[in-house]
Amino acid sequence: MARQFSDVSVGDSLGTKTVPVQRATLVAYANASLDQNPIHQDEAFAKQVGLPDVIAHGMWTMGAAGTLAAEWAGDAGRIVEYGTRFTSMVVVPAGGSELSVTGVVKSLDEARKRATVELTATAGGSKVLGRCQAVVQLD
Amino acid sequence: MPVNESFVGRTFDPVGPYAVDAAMIAAFAEAVGATDAVHFDAEAARAAGYRDVIAPPTLAVRFDQLSSRAYVQDPDAGIDYSRVVHGEQSFVHHRPITAGDELVAATTVDSIRSAGGHAMISVRTEISNGDEPVATTRSTIVVRGGE
Repeated sequence: MARQFSDVSVGDSLGTKTVPVQRATLVAYANASLDQNPIHQDEAFAKQVGLPDVIAHGMWTMGAAGTLAAEWAGDAGRIVEYGTRFTSMVVVPAGGSELSVTGVVKSLDEARKRATVELTATAGGSKVLGRCQAVVQLD
Repeated sequence: MPVNESFVGRTFDPVGPYAVDAAMIAAFAEAVGATDAVHFDAEAARAAGYRDVIAPPTLAVRFDQLSSRAYVQDPDAGIDYSRVVHGEQSFVHHRPITAGDELVAATTVDSIRSAGGHAMISVRTEISNGDEPVATTRSTIVVRGGE
């Protein structure tokens, strides 16, 4: 069930979510997205091109962060717009890492019953997405 | 070779159709940590008003990349892919990508800007199912300048 527009106010928290990420997660994401860049799978290759270690796909990070907005909406099909800047990388050492996501309602469109939400995604103590916003169609 | 600014405004031939099935959607949803039943359970998806299971919004990037490949790999475009960083990405969904879709995607080069030795290229991909628009994706890639 999608969330009711009348139940939402500017400033509401979307809650928090932690999404674990292992190297195997990135292999699964590479296969599902068709992005097979070795910097997301091969530690030796990543280090050879100057990265600290394997890094997550920016699009994995965006997708994982978006799941908080989808869960808050109550129906993943209600994300009608979603955008971000990629500002920092999620480093995934052999032991894995995790993405922490929080969100807040920034504005409401009463005529269309839509909420604009801002997501904050952090990994290893750094914010990894900039201006990460979704527009959610509510009931 | 610098990035060729004469590509601005060019729309490449559509690619596809690409069949979307439940397995593709489930694998993508699982990889990004999505838990909503509408991705995995056709009954739950129908109860929410969809024809079949639906994809997380960012699956659209798969079709964006299949389509924009024709541009970034065009030897005349002057894009050294080993110097490319993904700067920004956005999606507008006219409706969710749904199992059973046969998606066609066409990429247009919207702008190319040079700043501080780097080139910032914004491309737009229109994704449709037959005549029905499904999603518009916009990507900005940064081609880092030479040594």
